[in-house]
Formats: sequence, C-alpha cells, structure tokens
Amino acid sequence: MSESNNPQLEALAAEALAEINAARETVLLDKVRVNYLGKKGSITQLLKALGKLPADERAAAGAEINRVKQEVQSALEHQRVALENAELAARLASEKIDVSLAGRGRPQGSVHPVTRTIERIQMYFEQVGYAVAEGPEIEDDYHNFEALNIPAHHPARAMHDTFYVSDFIGRASDESEAVASSNDVKYVLRTHTSPVQVRVMENREPPVRIICPGRVYRCDSDLTHTPMFHQVEGLVVDEHVTFAHLKGVIQSFLQVFFEKDLAVRFRPSYFPFTEPSAEVDIACVMCNGQGCRVCKNTGWLEVMGCGMVHPNVFSHVGYDTEKYTGFAFGMGVERLAMLRYGVNDLRLFFDNDVRFLAQFA
Amino acid sequence: MKVSEAWLREWVNPSVSTQELVHALTMAGLEVDAVEPAAPEFSGVVVGLIEGVEPHPDAEKLRVCSVTDGMSNFQVVCGASNAAAGIKIPFAKVGAALPASTDGEPSMAIKKAKLRGVESFGMLCGASELGLEDTVDGLMILPADAPVGDDVRTLLGLDDAVIELDLTPNRGDCLSVMGVAREVGVLTSTRISAPAMPSTPAQIDTVTTVHLRAPAYCPRYVGRVICNVDASAETPLWMREKLRRAGLRSIDAVVDVTNYVMLELGQPLHAFDIDKIAGDIEVRHAQQGEKITLLDDSSVELDADMLVIADAKQALAVAGIMGGASSAVSSATQHVLLEAAFFVPQQHAGKARQLGMHTDSSHRFERGVDRLGQERAIERATELLLSITGGEAGPINLADAGQLHTQQHVDLRAARIKRVLGFEMPDVQVNDILSRLDFVPRHMDHGWQITVPPHRFDIACEADLLEELARIYGYENLPVEPPLAPMTFSLKPESSTRAGVFRQQLVARGYREAITYSFIAPQLHSQFFNDASGVTLVNPIASDMSVMRTSLLPGLVTAAAYNLSRQQKRLQLFEMGLRFVPQADGAIKDLDGSLAQTPALAGLLCGDRVPESWMSKPESNGAPGQKPDPFDFYDIKGDVESLLALTGHTAAKAVEFRTIEGGESYPYMHPGQSAVVSLAGKVVGLVGLLHPELQRSLDIDHDIWVFELHLNLISEKKVPEFKELSKFPEVRRDLAVIVDQAVLVGDVLACARRAARNELQSLIVFDRYSGDGVGEGMQSIGLGLTWQHPLRTLNDEEVATLTNEVVAALQEQFNASLR
Repeated sequence: MSESNNPQLEALAAEALAEINAARETVLLDKVRVNYLGKKGSITQLLKALGKLPADERAAAGAEINRVKQEVQSALEHQRVALENAELAARLASEKIDVSLAGRGRPQGSVHPVTRTIERIQMYFEQVGYAVAEGPEIEDDYHNFEALNIPAHHPARAMHDTFYVSDFIGRASDESEAVASSNDVKYVLRTHTSPVQVRVMENREPPVRIICPGRVYRCDSDLTHTPMFHQVEGLVVDEHVTFAHLKGVIQSFLQVFFEKDLAVRFRPSYFPFTEPSAEVDIACVMCNGQGCRVCKNTGWLEVMGCGMVHPNVFSHVGYDTEKYTGFAFGMGVERLAMLRYGVNDLRLFFDNDVRFLAQFA
Repeated sequence: MKVSEAWLREWVNPSVSTQELVHALTMAGLEVDAVEPAAPEFSGVVVGLIEGVEPHPDAEKLRVCSVTDGMSNFQVVCGASNAAAGIKIPFAKVGAALPASTDGEPSMAIKKAKLRGVESFGMLCGASELGLEDTVDGLMILPADAPVGDDVRTLLGLDDAVIELDLTPNRGDCLSVMGVAREVGVLTSTRISAPAMPSTPAQIDTVTTVHLRAPAYCPRYVGRVICNVDASAETPLWMREKLRRAGLRSIDAVVDVTNYVMLELGQPLHAFDIDKIAGDIEVRHAQQGEKITLLDDSSVELDADMLVIADAKQALAVAGIMGGASSAVSSATQHVLLEAAFFVPQQHAGKARQLGMHTDSSHRFERGVDRLGQERAIERATELLLSITGGEAGPINLADAGQLHTQQHVDLRAARIKRVLGFEMPDVQVNDILSRLDFVPRHMDHGWQITVPPHRFDIACEADLLEELARIYGYENLPVEPPLAPMTFSLKPESSTRAGVFRQQLVARGYREAITYSFIAPQLHSQFFNDASGVTLVNPIASDMSVMRTSLLPGLVTAAAYNLSRQQKRLQLFEMGLRFVPQADGAIKDLDGSLAQTPALAGLLCGDRVPESWMSKPESNGAPGQKPDPFDFYDIKGDVESLLALTGHTAAKAVEFRTIEGGESYPYMHPGQSAVVSLAGKVVGLVGLLHPELQRSLDIDHDIWVFELHLNLISEKKVPEFKELSKFPEVRRDLAVIVDQAVLVGDVLACARRAARNELQSLIVFDRYSGDGVGEGMQSIGLGLTWQHPLRTLNDEEVATLTNEVVAALQEQFNASLR
C-alpha cells in the first residue's frame, strides 16, 4: 500500500483489510463489504463527503479514497474467491460417498452355454450366407429315417437309439403294440436334425445353404450320453459343389470356432445319407495334439460327421441328381461347448445349477 | 471287432509298425478304438515238466512237486489239484515277475519261500495267473510237445496286440481276419498270404438232405456230415488263444472250430448233433408263435417273418441268430452236421433285435457275408475239426436257389469323379485302386463298368465307388477349396423378432437361461395339469422321463427346486423351447401345423427382488432386522411387459392382463395372483404365482412366480410408423377418484382413456390408496392425464371439459366420486 498523507484514511484502510482477512465465512465477508463499501459504508461515506471539501483538494482526496476503495475491493474479491473455494472443497468433502459399495439393480443374467455355442456356430454360417432352418422335434419315421436312406431294419438304425412316440396320446401303449403295427405312420423323437434338411429340400429348389440347430433325442444315458442333446447340421446343394468345398468349409469353420489354426483331418466313415462320408477330427485342443486324457492319448478329437449328400436322399426330395451335388455336415453342440469351455461333465448342461450357468455370463 | 495283430500278420504282413498299421486302418474308415496287449506283462515263466508229485507232510491241500526246466530240478510247493507227474505247465522261476492280480498294482515278484516248513523254488501257474483265461481248474496244461525250458510268452505268442476295430455297418466284409487282411493288403500294397486250406474229399456217403423253403431269405445252404467225431477232444491251445484274443470263450472243440472259422473267414457256421435231428433239414419261415428253446436256455416265440432251420418235427435253430438246445452238440455227440448258409441281409435285418438278441452270427448276416463263401468255410471247418476230433467227412451238400450268382455291376463315369471329389483322377489310378479292392473295372465310353466282388454289400451306386476311390486315395490327400457362394442377403424381415432378442432382454433383466429335458415325469405332469393328456414315449429312458412337456413350467420349477436345495435361494430362470400340446382328438396328425409343437418362452422368479446387499432393505423404513423385499407379481409382470414391448405394439391397450376366470383351466396357478396375457386381443400367455397347493406338493417352501408366453404369437413385430411431433404445450390434470375396492385399476384406466379422447398423450396412476379417509371397502386412485393437441394450444376451458368428461364417465361406469 502506498503511503498517504491522510492518516485517518490509512487507518481505515488498515482496519478494513484486517477485517477482510479475519472473515472466515462468505457471510461475514459480505458484512465487511457492507460496512466499508455498502451504501452507508465508511469508505462510501468518505466519498460522499468529498463534496464538502474545497474544490482544489477534491481531486487529490478523491483519488486517495478511490485508491483505498479499490484496494479494499480487490482484497474483498480475493478473500471471497478463497472462501468460496474452501467452502466448496468442504462441501465436496462432506458429500463424499463410498464408491466401492455395490451398484443398485438386478445382477446380469446369462445365456446357457449350449445356446451360446449354437449362437457362435450360427453367426459363422450366417456370415457366409447360410440361412437357419428349424423343424419339429416329434418327427415322422419318413423324415427321420426313410427319406435319409435309412430304411426300416437298416443296421444303421441301431446307431440311433430311437425314442418312439405313442401313436395316440393318452392311450397306454406298450412297445410290442407300437412295433407290431407296421402300417401305421410312426412318430419318433428326432434322432438328428437332418429331417429338417429334408423338409427344406421338399419345399424349395436349389441352391440351398442352410444350417439346422436344435434338440435331438437318443435313448441312451451314461457318463457321456444324455437322452437329449443338441446338434447343428448344415446342408449345401448347388450345381458345382464338391468334397473339396466341404473340406474347405469344415476346416475354416473349426478354425474360426476354436480361434486357432488347428489341424483338421478327415477320415472315411459311414452315414446312410451321405456318400462319400467322413468323420472330422481336430488336433486335441486340450493338449495341442500331444496326447492327453481328453483325446485318449491319440492327439485327435472327433468333432463332426459329414459327407456328400447321397443320391437316394436327392431322389426322395425330387432333386435332379445329375444337375446338383451337395454336402451335409453335423456336429454335437455339447461336445463343442465342452471342448471350448473346458466343461468336464456332460450332465452339467441339464442340471441347470445356477452356479454353473453363472459361469457363462 | 477284435483282431489279433499276430493272426492278421499270418494273412498279410506289411513292413509297418503296429502304430502305422493302426493309423492306416483308421484313415481308411476302419476306425481303431483301442490297441491292447494280448496278455499283461510278465517274465521269467518257462515251460516246466512235473517229474514227481509228493504229498506235503504238513498240509493236506498242498503238494510238493519236482519240476525241471530242462537244465535243473526244482522243488516247488503247489496247491493245484491237477498237479501230476508228466504234465507240462508254466513255471515261474525264482526272480520271475507275474502280472498284478488287480489293475494298477505292481507286478508280483516270485521269491524263494517256505510253505508250512517246506522250501519252494518258484511257482506253478494257472492260466489266470498269467492274465489268460482259465479253461481248467488249477494249473494251465501246456501242449505235450512244448519244449521244456522255453519261455512261455514266446511259446504262446503273447507279445501280440489286440486291435479293436469300430466298424461301420456298411463294412460287414471286414468282420473277419480275412476281411481286415484284404483291406490291409490294399492299403499297404501287400500281397495276401492266406494259410493253406486244403479241401477234404468225402470219406463217407452220408448226406442230410436240405430243402430251401424260403429261397428269398435263404438262397444258399451248404451242409456237411462228419461222422464219428470225438467231441470231447480238447481244443488246441493255439486256437483257444486266438479265440480269447478275439473276445470269445472256448466252449468245446466243435463249437470252437465253428467260431474260429467265423472269425477267420467271416462266415458264421453252425453244428448240429445229427442224432437229434429227425429226417431232412428244412429252411423255412417260422409259424406265427412257434416256440424254440435256444442254446443259452432262453425260450423265444417266433414271428412268421422269421426263418428257422427245422427238421421234420420242430425248429432246430433260429436261422442266422442262434441254434436251439434240442440239437446242440455236446461232448457225447458222435455225428455232426455242419451248416454254412447265406441269409439275405434285407430279410435278416432286425430279426435278432425283434427277439431282443444280438449275436456274432446275426451281426454278420445283417451286414452281409460273402455270397459264395459257404463251401470255403465248410472246407476250412472240416479240415480243422478232423484234425482235432477225428472222424470221417461226408460230401459237401450244396442247396442253391441260384440267384446269388448274378454278378453285380455299377457304372462309374470319369467326369463324375471331378464333379464330386473336386479333382481329376488319372484312369490308371482309378483302375489300380479298384483292382486292388477286387473290383473288376471294364472300360466303357466315358468311364467304367465295375463288377462288384461277392463280399461287398455296400456298393450299389456310383457314389459308393467314388467313396472307395477317395478312401484308398486318402481323404487327407483330397483337395481343399475355399467355400465360394454368391452373396445373398438373408436378413430377417423387420416385422419379426428373433428369439435371441427376447433372450437378450431377459438376460439383461437378470435371468439365467436353463435347458431342461423335453420329457418329464408323468406324476409331475399330472401335478400341474391334472388329467390333461400329454404325448407319451413308448420306450422312455426312465419312467420319470416319459411324458413330453405340454408346458415349460414343470421343467423350470424342477430346476428351481434343484437350486433351492443347494442354498441358491434367489433365482431368475428362463427357458425357450418347444412344448408338445396334443390336439383335441388326441392324434398327432399335423406335424407341420403349429398345433402339436409350438415354441414357448417361460420364466421363473423366486426369492428376493434384489440380491441381499447393503441397500436391500426398503428405503422407506430401514428398521433393523427388516428382511429384503421378495419378488412379487409386479416384478414378473414388469418383465413380461418388457418382452411385449419388443413387439412394437405401442398402443396403450395392445397389452392386457386379465384375471384368470373360473372357466379357464390353469389349475397350477394361484387364481387371485395370476393373469392371462393378451397382445392385440390375442391370448399369448400367462403370468403369476404358482398355486400354493402345487408348491406345497412339490416340497418347495418359497413363492414361485412364473410366466409362459407363446413365442410365435409375440414374434410378429410392428414396424414403426412416424407420427408428427406436436409443437404445442402439454397440459396435465390430476384426478383422485374413489371407487369400490373390487374395481380393477385397469378397467378404470380403460374407461378414462375412452373418455379422454384422442388428444390424450399419457395416462398414469400416480397413487393408489385404501384405508383411513376413503371409506370402508373403497379405494382412491390418483390419475395423471396429459393432453396435447397436434395443431394448437388447448385452452383451459377445453381441458376442463375433457377432465369433466372423464370424471362423468368414471361416475357413470364405476359410481366414482372425486376425492
């Protein structure tokens, strides 16, 4: 502060500045402002009193007072900002909550690992132009077997432990009755999703590119079999489809599914509805083909069946076997899910233990 | 099928290791399931000759034997009752290691020992002590010509592997050592060296006449009489060992020979005791209901489509499945009739299964045995039988209806190879592969005509030949091409909702997806649905899995009970899947219609609304010890509403929840806390509380909230249609009306909505109260009405008029008064 030759003014200024510094709350600070700079404030009064001074002194005295006023104003502003900051900081500090406490609302649910696996398979095939087809699970013998080149009593039927459905609901029936009445249409729980392919082919001309996911049923129950499980089967029919394309599709799919550049091999096998037929093995994803418990030390895991559609199947649906060729493939969803997620017990899929389900959020 | 590698190598001996052999078989479609050693590890066991046997001085059951290994004599104490001087037995010398008696234990080391005071230097072994099959009680008797002192493993050829093949049903031709050898020969380009099989000229004239009464089923039957056999003769050890390695038990010499030939050549044989046959052999269809007692002492009743081998009086055997007890060979049998027949696979298929049986014989005939292999098998069996049991053979008696001699031809077009396999195979290679497989290719225009060998039953069309080419060429060598397809757009129409959208909605709202079995216990079914019928399985895997679900709820509730009993008390589950609802007349007629099998979406809530946490106490009264709120009707209703919101039906009255009326049958739901859900006037499902009585009978002590929706009926989605936004202000008026407590708020809203006209933008219930101040049996409902005109500002008078009209309508319909 510059020296003034007005000791009274200097004292007033010193007093004001002291009070400003002493004000610890904005409310008190405001009082100080009013006391000095308000309408009736001491400094305001001094300015008002200027008129009473002789004209030649007014300018100098006015300048003095205004200088003091500005000093006080600036000190007030300075202190106000400081106080407001402190008060905001205090308020914020007092409002602090524990952000580590859990959020409100229902926890997230989960998609069943079988569905999750089907969705991944479906996503791949939809991206490369396949459509999804579905069909009935109680299926007639024709679509489940006959149309797929599996006539009655074919030894291949023994490979499908079939559940038979009583012809008439609510009527108690025994096995001999159902087997004996061979002229009746018989209904079964579909043993694979291939009948969906037949139904699609019955209803449209090639080209066909579909996959058929769904539940299937076999009368078998032990450590590695459940009487219900899921399959995804695929079918491609067009004019220039070869076994080489089949190999290409399967290999690419399996590498995408397991997100790994894994070895895939094809072995001759037998399915009545494809010829040539193949089983597909992948290098064991648990041990990278080194041999382990899961692959029974072979280094290979059987994951799919496939083949070129048998001409008899085309004949059943009225496709021209000279014009069209096609391939079909099928895979067990639980098997793929077990390999993908390391699930070691098939039965877990149908216990619906929420502690299991919760692992697939 | 199990094949001994050593036996296989007698037929074909490529210079490849066991591992390479197994790999070649697997990659050719003869999948190898396992390779097991023919006998467990043991060592130090030699051929011993018992020279003398003395009783043990202190033990009645023990003997003291003097045994030689050809070099020295040993004193061995032995407990076997058949120990006798002059027999040769496996002798485990001191230092020998015998297989552990149970898996996983270390082998047993033979040491010098003292038994009841007598020193013993080694052990005399029974077959099971070497991991082999016991055929006699006591010591294993080795052949009299076994060189004393030779290693028993070498003598018996035990360093052999048993290869277990998982053969597909089309490869019946590989159900024999000869068949597998043929395949190995092709795969490794190795010549087959079949053992010499001399034919035996007839020594006597005896013939049993055979009549083929059902030539369509049995077109070929070869019989041969062998007289004066010693049926009690012992099967030689080498044959017993081969049978054992194939998984068959030794029975007696005659049966063992028939089994041996079946394993070797694939042709099942049967032997009858001629003295128990009355007159000629008839191969005929069974009479309906005809009974026969089989070799395994079981009695079966036959159907008329089955075939029997019979004499003048009775059925002697079920053809191609099992022989009968009455004509069975025994140790007393003197004269034998050997049978080798051909049964047409299409006729034979399923017959054994109809009888609940499955035999080595039926397995082969169903898949097809060599059409013309019967004489070869009879000759082989004759030779082997005579060498073991002695006797004189009659002439081979062939009954042949003739049709099997027709050669089967299949055409193969060269162009088709490329069309199907994706590459051109040179003619030379085609010829080579087919010839190696015993096919006879003959060049024609554009390809070949192939003659199929009589042992192949899986070659009926061109595709079958293509598979053979691919198989022998090697699937792994076939080309790979990236899949190419024209780009197509397969987006689902916007007017349908994918099931996955509903799934994601529920997952976001905390539900976990369950997958339950489609079949449930009949008892559970009737607990839910009383007498309502369901589709039943004829052959359920278990009696509690025999009714196809007519609703997803029993399965979900069962899953909830499973979790509740595992301390999982807060549950949110859902499932999507088909339910199987019988049609009115009970028959499954229309599979393509949606009547019998329709997809549903069901959900379940149980326990606390939010998981117990620091804030799970209700906010309004945080009294200590206050339990968290459980789920209630409005929780699950909110979830259902959120699903229905996905249908795009935005009109306020599109979704309706209606109390279950008496006439509707949902016996499993609490009548006062459940609702039928409608969408655009159509019933699409229900929601509410499981009936307390049902809950009690299921032993569940928690409230179970459920919903079930008809997926097809909620999958249709409204495509949005834009409506102009009003630029004019909204006006809100609140009303509190008092009506009878029995009045449903939904009905009040519907009435208010009708009266409030088109400009009504929203109608909400902001309060509902009953108690002090509104009168006994009455309730107060606070309604918030918001109006907005699209083209102008509504003035106060207009709003007052609208409000009054609403009040008047409520008075009119519900006798409502303003509060």
